[in-house]
Formats: sequence, structure tokens, C-alpha cells
Amino acid sequence: MTLEWIGDAILILVVLPVVVYLLRGVLNAANGIVPSVEQIATAATAGSKDLDATALLLTTQDQVQKTIEVAADYGGSLDVILDDAR
Amino acid sequence: MPAAGIVMIVAVALIILAVVYYLMMTIVALIRIRDNLDKAITGVVGIIEKSAPVDDVVTSINTNLDAGVDLLEGLLVKKAGMEDAVGLVEGLYPGAAGEGFRNFPESKETTAPRIGEVYTKGTLTLARLGREAPIAAASPNGPALRNPTYGSLAARSLYPEIRQTRPNSMPRSPIIGTDSPVQYEPSDSPGVRKRMPVTVGAGPTSQPEETEGGVVKSGLAFLRRLKNDDR
Repeated sequence: MTLEWIGDAILILVVLPVVVYLLRGVLNAANGIVPSVEQIATAATAGSKDLDATALLLTTQDQVQKTIEVAADYGGSLDVILDDAR
Repeated sequence: MPAAGIVMIVAVALIILAVVYYLMMTIVALIRIRDNLDKAITGVVGIIEKSAPVDDVVTSINTNLDAGVDLLEGLLVKKAGMEDAVGLVEGLYPGAAGEGFRNFPESKETTAPRIGEVYTKGTLTLARLGREAPIAAASPNGPALRNPTYGSLAARSLYPEIRQTRPNSMPRSPIIGTDSPVQYEPSDSPGVRKRMPVTVGAGPTSQPEETEGGVVKSGLAFLRRLKNDDR
């Protein structure tokens, strides 16, 4: 009978606090991750939206190529028209 | 049932309740984490997909711009010369001459001349280019002075026709002055000379045939000579 009471005491005074402590630690850790993950998700979404303009790089590439071609044409003509430096 | 057994059952029940409560709260937190991670993964995938062609596109743009820089630098140095090219860049962007041209390392050691020297040479170059330039104002209706072979020769077309044939020697310009070999006397009226010009030392070729009131009438004498010849 005494051993049963001792077991009850250990169960209530030792096992239960330990279980509560450990589970509470896991819960606090999980709750601590949530805001960080939310910030990551927000940043990733915003970064993805910021990169929507990357499609315009194709237009920039085309425009740069045309500009250089026009400059090359003018340069070729100027090379013929103008005298070289002495 | 002994009291100790009841207490044990209650203790186990408390432990189970605690475990259930905290595990449920942990599950809820993990579910929120999973949802946010899904959003983050979606965003990251979007970033990866959208940034995938950036490397190729930017590389292509840089390649084209490099070619443009090579072209313009080479053309500027070829046509203006290193010193004038550096001076022109310095005139347009003060302080830029110190950095020099990318493809011409010697340009960093080149002293930039005053921009006025470059401007003068540039003005002359523009003058050779077209009728818009003041030097071409003499032939505003003619073709533009653009000679694809050698631009500066186009200015030759502004001169009289005989110069187009590139003669070895041109007639010398008349010498004027009191000691010139041919002396001209001022006339009283346009087209009428007091006497024909004579070379210095040759003496007069003819005397005035008649004077009326002290004024030589060469035109009248010419008509009379012509009349006598007819006889």
C-alpha cells in the first residue's frame, strides 16, 4: 500500500511536471517558428512580385541590340565620311 | 478500490490530459508552419522561375554594350586621335579623362587638351559634311559635300571649274601696286580707259588721237579708226 502511495506521489510530483515541461517546451518552440515562417512566406511572395519586371529584360535586350546595330551603322558611315586622325 | 488506486488513475488522467493539450497546440502550430512554408516555397519557386533567364539576358545585354563601347571608343580614337578624344570626353564629362578608355590603356596617361581645340577641329569636320555647314552655303542647291572616298576633297568643288581638273600650275594672280609690271589708270567711267595699259619700260603704244575739252575719248577714236579701215 505504501509503495502505491509512493508511486502516486512520483507520478504526480515528478512525471506530470516533467511531461508538462517537455510538452510546453515543444509547443513554445513550435509557436516561435510560426512568426519566422510567416515572415519568410511574406518575403518570398514579395520577392516573386518584384521579379515580375524581369520579363522586361527581354525588351531591354532587344532594344540594346537594335541600338548597337544602329550605332554600328552610323559608325560605319562615319568611318567612311570622316578623315582619320593624323 | 483502494484510495491509492484512485489517486493513480487521476494522476494518469492528468498526465494524459496534459499530453493531449500540448500535443494539440503543437499540432496547430505545426499546421500554421506548414501553410506558411507552402507559401514560402511557392514564392521561392516563382523567384527561381522568373530569375532563370536573367543570366542569359544580362550576359547578352553586356555583350552588346561591350561591342558598342568598343565600336564608339575605337571610332572616336581613330577619327579624333587619342589626345582630342580624351579632350572631348573630358569636355563632356569633367574628370572622366582620368579613367581613360577601356580598350586604350595609354589614354590614362594622355593629357586632355583644352576643349576649344577639339571644338575647332570638330567644326572643320562638320563643315566638310554637308550643305548645312556655312562653308557649303555657296552651293545651297547642289549636292551635299559628302565624298565617301575622301571627305576633305569635296571642298574643291566650291572653286571655279578649272580647279576641278587639278592643273599643275594656275595663272598667277595680277600684280597690283605702283610698281606692278602693268600699270592701269583709273577710268572716268566704267568700261572706258584713258589709254591702253602698258608694260613698264615699254613706252606708250599710241597717243590719244583726239581730245575734246582735255578728255580722251578712246571710244570715239576707235569708231573713227574703224571707219577709216572700212575705206
